[in-house]
Amino acid sequence: MSRKTTTAAVAACLTGVLALAACGGGGGFDNGGGSGATQPPASGPVTIKFMITSNGPADVKLQQDTVKAWETKTGNKVEVVAASDINQQLTQGFAAGSPPDVFFTDANVFPTYAKAGNMLAYGDQLDMKSDFYDGLVKTFTYDNKFYCAPKDFSTLALIVNTDLWTKAGLTDADVPKTWADLETVAKKLTTGGVKGLVIGDTRDRVGAFMKQAGGWITNADQTQMTADSPENLAGLQEVQKLLASGSTSYPKGVDSGWGGEAIGKGKAAMTIEGNWIKGAVKSDFPDLKWKAFELPEGPKGKGTLSFTQCYGVASASKNQAAAVDLVKYLSTAEPALALAKGLGVMPSLKSASDGYKAAFPDEAAFLAGAEYAQGPVTVAGMDPVLKDFDTQLQGLPGADPKAMLARLQKNGDAVLK
Amino acid sequence: MRRGGSARASETRSGWLFVSPVIIVLGLFLVAPIVIAFWVSVSDWNGRGSPLSSGVSFVGADNYRQLLTEDSLTRSDFATSLRNNFYYVLIVVPIQTVLALALALLLNQRRLKGLSFFRTSYYFPSVTSSVAIASVFLFLFAGGGSVNALLGIFGIDGPQWFADPRGVLHIMLGWVGIGGGADGAGPAALTSRDFLGLTWWDWLSGPSVAMLTIIALVIWVSAGGYMLLFLAGLQNISADVYEAASIDGASRWRTMRSITIPLLRPTLFTVLTLGLIGTWQVFDQVYIMSKGNPGKTTLTPAFLSYDQSINNGQWGSGTAMSFVLFAIIIVFTAIQSLILRDRDSSTRGFFGRLRSQPVGAPPQHPTSTTGPTT
Repeated sequence: MSRKTTTAAVAACLTGVLALAACGGGGGFDNGGGSGATQPPASGPVTIKFMITSNGPADVKLQQDTVKAWETKTGNKVEVVAASDINQQLTQGFAAGSPPDVFFTDANVFPTYAKAGNMLAYGDQLDMKSDFYDGLVKTFTYDNKFYCAPKDFSTLALIVNTDLWTKAGLTDADVPKTWADLETVAKKLTTGGVKGLVIGDTRDRVGAFMKQAGGWITNADQTQMTADSPENLAGLQEVQKLLASGSTSYPKGVDSGWGGEAIGKGKAAMTIEGNWIKGAVKSDFPDLKWKAFELPEGPKGKGTLSFTQCYGVASASKNQAAAVDLVKYLSTAEPALALAKGLGVMPSLKSASDGYKAAFPDEAAFLAGAEYAQGPVTVAGMDPVLKDFDTQLQGLPGADPKAMLARLQKNGDAVLK
Repeated sequence: MRRGGSARASETRSGWLFVSPVIIVLGLFLVAPIVIAFWVSVSDWNGRGSPLSSGVSFVGADNYRQLLTEDSLTRSDFATSLRNNFYYVLIVVPIQTVLALALALLLNQRRLKGLSFFRTSYYFPSVTSSVAIASVFLFLFAGGGSVNALLGIFGIDGPQWFADPRGVLHIMLGWVGIGGGADGAGPAALTSRDFLGLTWWDWLSGPSVAMLTIIALVIWVSAGGYMLLFLAGLQNISADVYEAASIDGASRWRTMRSITIPLLRPTLFTVLTLGLIGTWQVFDQVYIMSKGNPGKTTLTPAFLSYDQSINNGQWGSGTAMSFVLFAIIIVFTAIQSLILRDRDSSTRGFFGRLRSQPVGAPPQHPTSTTGPTT
């Protein structure tokens, strides 16, 4: 190497080191590890950065309108930011030490954030703690600490295209109550290009069958994997049977991204989806006539899955007191109901359920599921294992359900050990 | 080298002054991120705060050891992604290079009318946003899309392209009676042994049907870009050489083999090197079109490393993956440069060769680019 190149290399390294030093020199990186400590309130009005996920400008406006009353009351400002890829944006914020003060946190990513110490465990400061559904509180509890207030939730129900339903000569009496019923109506509804039933090819849909058969991926307190149980196998075999019969298909089989699209395009007569289908149908397929029913029972009774998000407060936030106050406000009945109505999801407060029922009498099926719904698995590091299970599920009906569950068990054990 | 006078010193100073913006920009946006990423790959950083803060500690090669030696889901995913990307490189690089060369030879004919029209239209995909192209391909290859409609005219029932995880090699092996086809089990001799958590049979799957659509897309996009490099190379070959060849009575094929290809070797090297690097780093098409699905058959190391870091918070193994990928690229490029070695200047190293041939530069004798020595 000539002298010139050496000099250049040294210069390049020096620049690198300088850049590193510049990064390291900045303040705010060593912001402690105590995820439970509340920082002293900043004096005067503050601006809370509030990152949300949205399906469009309407959602953002709804959120802005809802926080207005709080802004007037406290004199603080709320800057609502709609994320395009919230996971990535939050990750960048955490790394830079400047995450948004309040952000939507999905139950799937919650344990990862909590484990890394990115979230403030403020749950016990909430006076409405006992008003939240127990299952939701459990979902957002990590390491025995209740971290964040559940925002709202959704459950799965059987969505039926009523036009196709009556066309096939079916009546209200034919609404499937059992797996056998489901097989029968799915077959009856299958014609030419229309599948009787289209279900998503992930644990978030197929898992409902496991639940109805009396199984689930983990035990109740998520300390042990219970994947390779005969109950889970029965659940998967039912899905396998449906798919093999030709009356049922995954969304990709009918060129759709998800069940809602399949039923909206008229390629499915029934699907299994959650509350979100309401908004999606309204904007994309306004002509679709549909109705929601409780999922049919399996051999061990009713079973559905619930999905939820919470209001995460960053442990690196400088305005924690105000942020928690904002969450407290959002968790009171009036704004919670307003948000739930606007977004089509169900309020996380038990006291708001009557108001919801009054507003949406047709959607009782979703709310009925709240009683027995299974929440998502919330173990840090479990996400790739569950995604791998999703990948396996895509192999149905050809692949062997028993091998899938054994694989899930093995991978899950490695995380829990 | 002796110390120069003051004039020379000030010259050196101003020289440094002029290059300093570039050094600073490259240092900040290229060197520093790479150095930090390497640090992350040997640390236990969990994504919170700066990786250089005091709470982050050095863990040596733990992340690499876990990634490569411990039987885990992460390792088998990584092996799967390497397999997918290997088949992808194996198909994309030769085809895009040959196609680019063929297009360039076609466009280099002097009799051709509307040359610039063709040149622009072939180059167009390369300058179009890969996001837009990927979205169009999603529609083309949808189960009821144009491609299947076209196949339907010929009575072929097209597959569900993006939903089809079957390995092409598995399907073909099934035809000749090895293994049970794509869905069936492989021969016991191959399924009982594994490497990096993936059985030999799984390594032999070939690209999946879904991966083939991404391969088709990438070839279509990049061939035009590399065509331009070949075209520049071709136009730098003096007409005298061809004239001399035709006087000697050389056939077209002979001219091609003995004049065009050898004189294009520097361009060929550039195209292959860029092609290898680009294909091993494939990310955006996967991110937009498949996210690794179906059945993880379009998972690539670049995408997996992103997913592992951003979505799973496993920054150590995520960055370790990208450095293993870096090593793979270096090895492949070195092998390729060894094969294409210019015998006249075999003493020059790999890096010297790279530097002497900027993209699209006319073929030059290596020594002509080195400046006067002091």
